[in-house]
Amino acid sequence: MDMRTPLGKVRGLGSAKSGTDHFWKVRTTSVALVPLLLFYVVFLVMYVGRPYAEVVGALANPFVATINALTVIASVIHMRLGMEEVIQDYVHSESMKLLCLVLNAFFSLLIGGLCLVAVLKIAFAG
Amino acid sequence: MANVTKNRPLSPHLQVYKFIPTMAMSIMHRITGAALYFGTVLVAAWLIAAASGEESFNQVNGLFGSLVGQIILFAYTWALLHHLLGGLRHIMWDLGYGFEKEFSTMLAKANLAASVGLTILVWIVVLVVR
Repeated sequence: MDMRTPLGKVRGLGSAKSGTDHFWKVRTTSVALVPLLLFYVVFLVMYVGRPYAEVVGALANPFVATINALTVIASVIHMRLGMEEVIQDYVHSESMKLLCLVLNAFFSLLIGGLCLVAVLKIAFAG
Repeated sequence: MANVTKNRPLSPHLQVYKFIPTMAMSIMHRITGAALYFGTVLVAAWLIAAASGEESFNQVNGLFGSLVGQIILFAYTWALLHHLLGGLRHIMWDLGYGFEKEFSTMLAKANLAASVGLTILVWIVVLVVR
C-alpha cells in the first residue's frame, strides 16, 4: 500500500520525472564495480592459460561464482546507463534516439543474460 | 514557417576551447566506456565457451591467444583500468573534492600514466606466470 500523496511522489523528480535516479545508479554501480573488477582482473591473471578443467573448477567455486554474477549484474546496469547518456548526448533525431535506446537495452540485457547463464551453469552443473 | 528552430545559431562547442589534460581525459573516459561496452562481447564469448565444454573453451582461448587477440585484450585491459581510475576521479568530484585547477590537471595526467603503467604491469605478470 502506498501512503504517499501524488504531490509527494513527484516532488524533486524534475522535468525528466526520474529525479537523480540515473545519476545515483551509475554511481552506486561504479563504486560496486571497483572491487568486483579488481577481483576479476586478479582472477584472470591467475588463471590465464591454465587448462579447461582447472579454470572451470575455479569458476565453479561458490565464492567466485557469486562475485562473477554480481559483476555481471552491476556491469550490465552500468553499461546500459552509460551508453544511454552517450546516445542522449549525440543522437538528436527523436526516432533514431528511440531506436538506439531500445537497441542499447536489448544489447545490454542480451550480454547480461548470456554471461549470467554461463556463470550459473558452471556453478551448478560444472 | 516550419522548423524555424532548426536554423537557430548554436552556442560554441568543443572547438573553441584550448585542448587541456582534464578535457582529454574526459573524452578518453567516454571512449574507453564505449569500448568496454562493446568489449563485453568478448567476456560473454569466453564465459559461454567455458560453460559449453572443453572444445569450445579451447577454441575461444586459441582466438584470444592469437596475436590479434592479444592486442585486443591488451587494449581492453587498458580501457578497463583507465575507465576505473577515471571513475574514481569522478566519484571524488561528486563528493565535492579536487576541483583545484593544478590538482585536477595533475590528476588527469596521473590517470593516463597510471592506467598505462598498471596495464603493462598486469601483462608482465601474465606473461611471467605463463
